[in-house]
Amino acid sequence: MDTNTLGPRNRLIAALRADRGGQWFLGVLLVTGVLAPLLNLAVPPTSALHLSSYTVTLIGKYMTYAMLAIAVDLIWGYCGILSLGHGAFFALGGYAIGMYLMREIGTRGVYGDPVLPDFMVFLNWKQLPWFWYGFNHFAFAALMIMLVPGLLALVFGFLAFRSRVSGVYLSIITQALTYALMLAFFRNDMGFGGNNGFTDFKDIMGFSLQAPGTRMALFLVTVLALGGSYLLCRYIVASRAGRVIAAIRDSESRARFLGYRVESYKLWVFVFSAVLAGIAGALYVPQIGIINPSEFSPANSIEIVIWVAIGGRGTLYGAVVGALLVNYAKTYFTAALPSMWLYALGALFVLVPLFLPQGVVGAVSQLRSRMIGARATS
Amino acid sequence: MIKAVLGRFSGRSHSAKPPRDGPMLAPNRIETGPDSSRGVILYLEDITVSFDGFRALNALTLYIEVGELRCIIGPNGAGKTTMMDVITGKTRPDTGSAWFGQTLDLLALTEPEIAQAGIGRKFQKPTVFEHHTVFENLELAMAGDKSVWKWLYARITRAELEHIEQVLETVRLTERRNARAGALSHGQKQWLEIGMLLIQEPQLLLVDEPVAGMTPQEVERTAELLTSLAGRHSVIVVEHDMEFVRSIARQVTVLHEGSVLAQGSIDEVQSNARVREVYLGV
Repeated sequence: MDTNTLGPRNRLIAALRADRGGQWFLGVLLVTGVLAPLLNLAVPPTSALHLSSYTVTLIGKYMTYAMLAIAVDLIWGYCGILSLGHGAFFALGGYAIGMYLMREIGTRGVYGDPVLPDFMVFLNWKQLPWFWYGFNHFAFAALMIMLVPGLLALVFGFLAFRSRVSGVYLSIITQALTYALMLAFFRNDMGFGGNNGFTDFKDIMGFSLQAPGTRMALFLVTVLALGGSYLLCRYIVASRAGRVIAAIRDSESRARFLGYRVESYKLWVFVFSAVLAGIAGALYVPQIGIINPSEFSPANSIEIVIWVAIGGRGTLYGAVVGALLVNYAKTYFTAALPSMWLYALGALFVLVPLFLPQGVVGAVSQLRSRMIGARATS
Repeated sequence: MIKAVLGRFSGRSHSAKPPRDGPMLAPNRIETGPDSSRGVILYLEDITVSFDGFRALNALTLYIEVGELRCIIGPNGAGKTTMMDVITGKTRPDTGSAWFGQTLDLLALTEPEIAQAGIGRKFQKPTVFEHHTVFENLELAMAGDKSVWKWLYARITRAELEHIEQVLETVRLTERRNARAGALSHGQKQWLEIGMLLIQEPQLLLVDEPVAGMTPQEVERTAELLTSLAGRHSVIVVEHDMEFVRSIARQVTVLHEGSVLAQGSIDEVQSNARVREVYLGV
């Protein structure tokens, strides 16, 4: 029976049944979501099993990166769009929640202004700029988290795909996009805090960001968002549209000749991916406690692509593996051998495509099938 | 009716088409297929094409009947490929007329519109989606509404499934339906591509050198496949392999220097003195 005769829900179930890596990932995610609160909140800090809030935040950060990696894998691994500017959508989502968190500070800021965030008082501004209106409401900010990256991706993608810009040229203009945004956000008169960005957040929806309970709640929301993004992306690639997307990746002109509006499909996936990246950014900022223009730096966006390449593209779970591996290595190296990290990253970028063209998950599955083959022949 | 339309962004397709309502709507179709009530599906009359003074086609006149399987042969440079290009709208002739049935003027239609109207062309090099399965390749090629939103939740209907099964049967790939197209043999890829044309239900099928690079068994099966298509579809085959032509053709047209040199059964053509002179070199 072909899975594509099934309805949407059954098709997702069938797709997950065939997705061993995805089962593992969702299983581990579930265990993390259950164990982390227990070990963090229920086990006393004196116990050896206690999970520190620092570790919880670190895992939470990794998970937002994993979500970002899934978003990039969806467009790069499945649709062949190599975006080297996806960090921009992540950062925009982060700035959107940051604006809300800034307005939540209220009179508790250094200058105690009830409306203006500290940096505006410092710059001698008398009024709140119009684009800050509404960000005192969480619901409005939540909408903007998706709307701002989505709209930017829509306009950018419409122009790029309509002009048939693809391949390396598209990658270059996505780099230019994130670079331009970085320069813009560095300016004080943009109204986003200049090079300091936003920090010193106090609470979210009335709950203190320092409280272990709030941190755990943010962590759990991230777990849900990561799992949800995975399921959504898995559903998309298993749908009929998903097969069109892969066909566009393999031969754009052939797909066009078969009657598909290639530009519409690409635009749709690109916007969806940008929205996911924006949500990931919005989960990142309250856990990390800071957002500044360096998040727009082109190197960040390239790093995301490296995560996906190292994990193994076109698998979705490979992107998660890559994001976790590289970021764990980064945390380790930047603490142990700070000067070595960039060299290590560069070496990974050269060596992985050379020796593991299908990434870590590709190498593992190859190794396994070879072992099974060896057992069968012996 | 097939709907192989270039994206709405392609400059060329804009001019001849009525305006559309929005980017997500299905491409407009040509609702009326060819009117072949007189028993002729394709009329080519006095077609001349020159490239920088070289006459690739020289007042070519050719009629193809409904359900016919016609082989076109001729030495290199005889104009076979140019003729296919004219029929599919890729090349515009300097003079002459080309009609699909009684009513469709091929010279007034764009490439995708011609494909929509029911003329399918298989190129020499097989171009299937290698990472998709055989089944998925046929599914992708199938006619229907192809908008993103619909395809995100669309399931394959029973009718669509039966249609795919039927084409799989015709091109003899039923057993390989779940194989990746990239894993198929050269011959099987060619059949799959023919299947991808068939599933769009074209009335006229143009097939360019179908057996180049095939094994003798594959050639034999291809011959069976093409003969089985005749009757339901009109088929034009361009081929060099005389053995193959002999095994399938009822009617053979010999092109030479851009016009028809001889026409008839394979035996008549092969015994024609002028054909022997220019083509067989005897």
